[in-house]
Amino acid sequence: MPKVTIDGEQIEVPDGATVLQACELAGKEIPRFCYHERLSIAGNCRMCLVEVKPGPPKPQASCALPAAEGQEIRTDSQMVKLAREGVMEFLLINHPLDCPICDQGGECDLQDQSVAYGRGGTRYYENKRAVTEKYMGPLIKTVMTRCIHCTRCVRFSEEIAGVDEIGALYRGESMQITTYLEKAAAHELSANVIDLCPVGALTSRPYAFEARPWELKKTLSIDVSDAVGANIRLDSRGREVLRALPRINDDVNEEWLSDKGRYMVDGLTRRRLDKVWIRKGGKLQAATWLDAFAAIKRAKPGASIAAIAGDVVDCETMFAAKTLLGAMGSTLLEGRQTGMSYPTGNLAAVNFNSTLAGIETADAILIVGSHVRWEAPLVNVRLRKAVKRGAKVFVVGPHWETTFPAEFLGDDAAVVHELPGHVTEALAKAERPAVIVGGAGLAAGVLDAALALDVQRDGWNGFNVLHMAASRMGGLMLGFAQKGGIADIARAEPKVVLALGADEVDWSQFAGSLKVYIGHHGDKGAHAADIILPAAAYSEKDGTYVNTEGRVQFAEKAVFAPGDAREDWTILRALADAFGVRVGFDSLAELQAKMISEVPALGVEGLASYGKLPKAGKTKAKGAIRYPIQDFYLTNPIARASVVMQRCSAELLHGEDLAEAAE
Amino acid sequence: MLADKDRIFTNVYGFQDWGLKAAQERGDWDDTKALIARGQDSIIQEIKDSGLRGRGGAGFPTGMKWSFMPKESKDGRPSFLVINADESEPGSCKDREIIRHDPHKLVEGALVAGFAMRARAAYIYIRGEFIREAETLFKAVAEAYDAGLLGKNAAGSGYDFDVFVHRGAGAYICGEETAMIESLEGKKGQPRLKPPFPAGAGLYGCPTTVNNVESIAVVPTILRRGASWFASFGRENNKGTKLFQISGHVNRPCVVEEAMSIPFSELIEKHCGGIRGGKDNLLAVIPGGSSVPLVPAEQIWDCPMDFDGLKELGSGLGTAGVIVMDKSTDVVRAISRISYFYKHESCGQCTPCREGTGWMWRVMERLRTGDAHIDEIDMLQQVTKQVEGHTICALGDAAAWPIQGLIKHFRPELERRIAEAGNLAEAAE
Repeated sequence: MPKVTIDGEQIEVPDGATVLQACELAGKEIPRFCYHERLSIAGNCRMCLVEVKPGPPKPQASCALPAAEGQEIRTDSQMVKLAREGVMEFLLINHPLDCPICDQGGECDLQDQSVAYGRGGTRYYENKRAVTEKYMGPLIKTVMTRCIHCTRCVRFSEEIAGVDEIGALYRGESMQITTYLEKAAAHELSANVIDLCPVGALTSRPYAFEARPWELKKTLSIDVSDAVGANIRLDSRGREVLRALPRINDDVNEEWLSDKGRYMVDGLTRRRLDKVWIRKGGKLQAATWLDAFAAIKRAKPGASIAAIAGDVVDCETMFAAKTLLGAMGSTLLEGRQTGMSYPTGNLAAVNFNSTLAGIETADAILIVGSHVRWEAPLVNVRLRKAVKRGAKVFVVGPHWETTFPAEFLGDDAAVVHELPGHVTEALAKAERPAVIVGGAGLAAGVLDAALALDVQRDGWNGFNVLHMAASRMGGLMLGFAQKGGIADIARAEPKVVLALGADEVDWSQFAGSLKVYIGHHGDKGAHAADIILPAAAYSEKDGTYVNTEGRVQFAEKAVFAPGDAREDWTILRALADAFGVRVGFDSLAELQAKMISEVPALGVEGLASYGKLPKAGKTKAKGAIRYPIQDFYLTNPIARASVVMQRCSAELLHGEDLAEAAE
Repeated sequence: MLADKDRIFTNVYGFQDWGLKAAQERGDWDDTKALIARGQDSIIQEIKDSGLRGRGGAGFPTGMKWSFMPKESKDGRPSFLVINADESEPGSCKDREIIRHDPHKLVEGALVAGFAMRARAAYIYIRGEFIREAETLFKAVAEAYDAGLLGKNAAGSGYDFDVFVHRGAGAYICGEETAMIESLEGKKGQPRLKPPFPAGAGLYGCPTTVNNVESIAVVPTILRRGASWFASFGRENNKGTKLFQISGHVNRPCVVEEAMSIPFSELIEKHCGGIRGGKDNLLAVIPGGSSVPLVPAEQIWDCPMDFDGLKELGSGLGTAGVIVMDKSTDVVRAISRISYFYKHESCGQCTPCREGTGWMWRVMERLRTGDAHIDEIDMLQQVTKQVEGHTICALGDAAAWPIQGLIKHFRPELERRIAEAGNLAEAAE
């Protein structure tokens, strides 16, 4: 713990801290462009210069200098001020200063810091440098003349994303940041470079010229595009969500967000269900709420009613449906739309027990049937970190492009019963071994085989299941699971099926039922429905979500639902009246109180406790593993409605050239 | 004048063959085993005693640099010696002569120095443009391997040592030690942040020392003839002999080995046939390669050519690449051209150098024609100060110093041009 003196004030700083960190601890703000906590230190912007004694009689880059015992650091001396002003002047001489037409305006590091260190006028009378446009794909808009060459984007691609997509060409003044051969940046986290860029060189293409940051209402929310539950901020103006940005949460998403979570928000205003529809003579016709309720009532379901939850619904919606069905005498609840039927008696056996942050510390990892890059890009980031620390990774399942060295053991699920010797040895010798079972693994029945692996150590539980649906863990906690999965519900032949945003179900198995779709997008579920009741998307309601590691998180309502659409729980509450049953809540607060009294864990933000792992059963895994996600960008109804996601899918996954051609 | 018997580089003009046999006849590889048998600490002490300072420009004591290397590897990492043959400084051409005419001095030096710092191997990073020189060096190293002087049990000493020759791609910045390490690793040649210093974590993260070709090539001779012999040349703190490279407006430009601290006048009169047009025709001298400030004629004439003597004049010995300019020289244009060189060679990594070198060059170009305002001289001076000392490596300093030297010594010339151009502009109106 070295002691240093900063501007005359002595403080003790942790071992290994840099001078910049020491200054932050002392409450001194150090301007910086290239330094970023989660990236390697580049030290190239030279903005963070401070005076350090002992040392050479020139200012030092504080971001790269280790704090050492007895250092005298000055952040406020004339030398420091002049040095920073000099650097700022250099940064600005070739910067276009086109802030009025720059999307970064208002949230630009260069703009902010030039207030403190910029000159009043220019001394530079030469021509400014201009850089030709670089194409970085459908998500990243580039104005490379604004680039200050901090190389954050380069370091992000290389270190965090693990793909060598962005780099620098040429040298000196001619240095340019670009993608390789100007191909689109195609990995799943590419848009994070937009947040990292301290200037307006990399901005958001879909959001271009949409709004200024100070016009936006900021709402704390949770990403529903996968089961990681990334913490996000929804920026909205009027009734429209204009963008989603990651919030910092080291336990969940650090400060990254997948491109899907970030850019599917334009889907929130497209293909929306904003009217009540009733199918008459095979065709959907607009109707009123009362007509629809009357039609549902006419089906006289009694206890013969089922509810199937979709992938992006919140716990409140599911609980309201559960309560309604309970009042009708039914327990036909299911959330696993595609027919999976793994046992859910002990939720620890279907949870990501090591936690997302914990998997970073694992030293041997066996992935069974999960295309992690597509199913949970943010978990992939963690895996890469683990590998960088020395972890070995083995994968059972078809090959996918990992961003770290990994050994593929075969496509057939049966491999888990007879793992090669070096794999079992690696797991046995590991101090923190882990197994990750993905959706495809669950479908192939590997759960018991995975449970049989010894991945528990003192204070460490390395048994993980990686889900793909934001609603999954919440649904399981609320009992949205039948022993035989959705087949059990089909076998019961319910008179009425409530589809809560369920868009992945094979509806042919419910041919005889009245299918009531309560959801927000005109997607597959709505196509099959007999009655459509328009509901709210995740941005339009307060809701509780539980991510794949059992972390309970709350999202807030950013905007109102469009047209006649209502928050889901109010629709279910009204249905109770139509059926003439009592559900015991009249407001969201009452609903939540009732839900929490039934499942107390849902009332506490943070990790839910599921207890100990069960003993492994005897189910044999068999059959080829098939990853369920065919198209990363189109996995849920919101993303499928999003023009941006469609374009990403077409251009980045299917090689179409339409982005350029269309313009 | 240095006596022939005291010359280290006896074949610097290529009058004899460079090959192994001829080199051995000149005394290279003579019982190298015995040199190595003296032991690491004794070799380093001998070099320290000789007062040898790095010949690459900065003049850091070579023996001390070697002593920073770890005495034993605690974590199994090997140590490396990197030899900087990326001689790209305008005005310097000594390493080139050593490599093409006396390569075995370098190869033997690599083994002895590598052994002294407990290195596993030496990498010689040779400038990309040196095509024939690289061919010679490749052949020389191959000869040494064939003769059992390198590789396993090098020169019968019981020490295993390899020498690899790596060709650069023609970037000046790769002559900076950490940029050279990056380039050797296959990355873009950009200097690294220090600390960590190469002696702690250099090539492939292993302890590394980067030395100039001349520093390494003189080592075997120093060991053979003794530190006191080497230290008998030059002034205190500036010991030894040195290859001077005189170019420009002298009657016979040459590369010559001389004792350190030789007065400039003696160097020019004895070896170069004097200044073109006589002593009075001398305008200014850049004494150490393009990156050091120029020195006007009246100050340089009696100055001892060594690190401290030139430092007193506000310049530096650098690589001892002496660029002589007589009164026919357009000194502003000369410095402007040097500015262009640094603008062209800036790696672009850190801000002051990337943005500043281009700015300085553009202002210099306008000052050359006088198309500037009188205030811009001071502004340029400030800009050079904003670059100097604020960059990751020394290229920013190297770009700033020549201009500072020009403004310091030739400000009236700059002002005259501005005034004349202004008069012309007024006349034209």
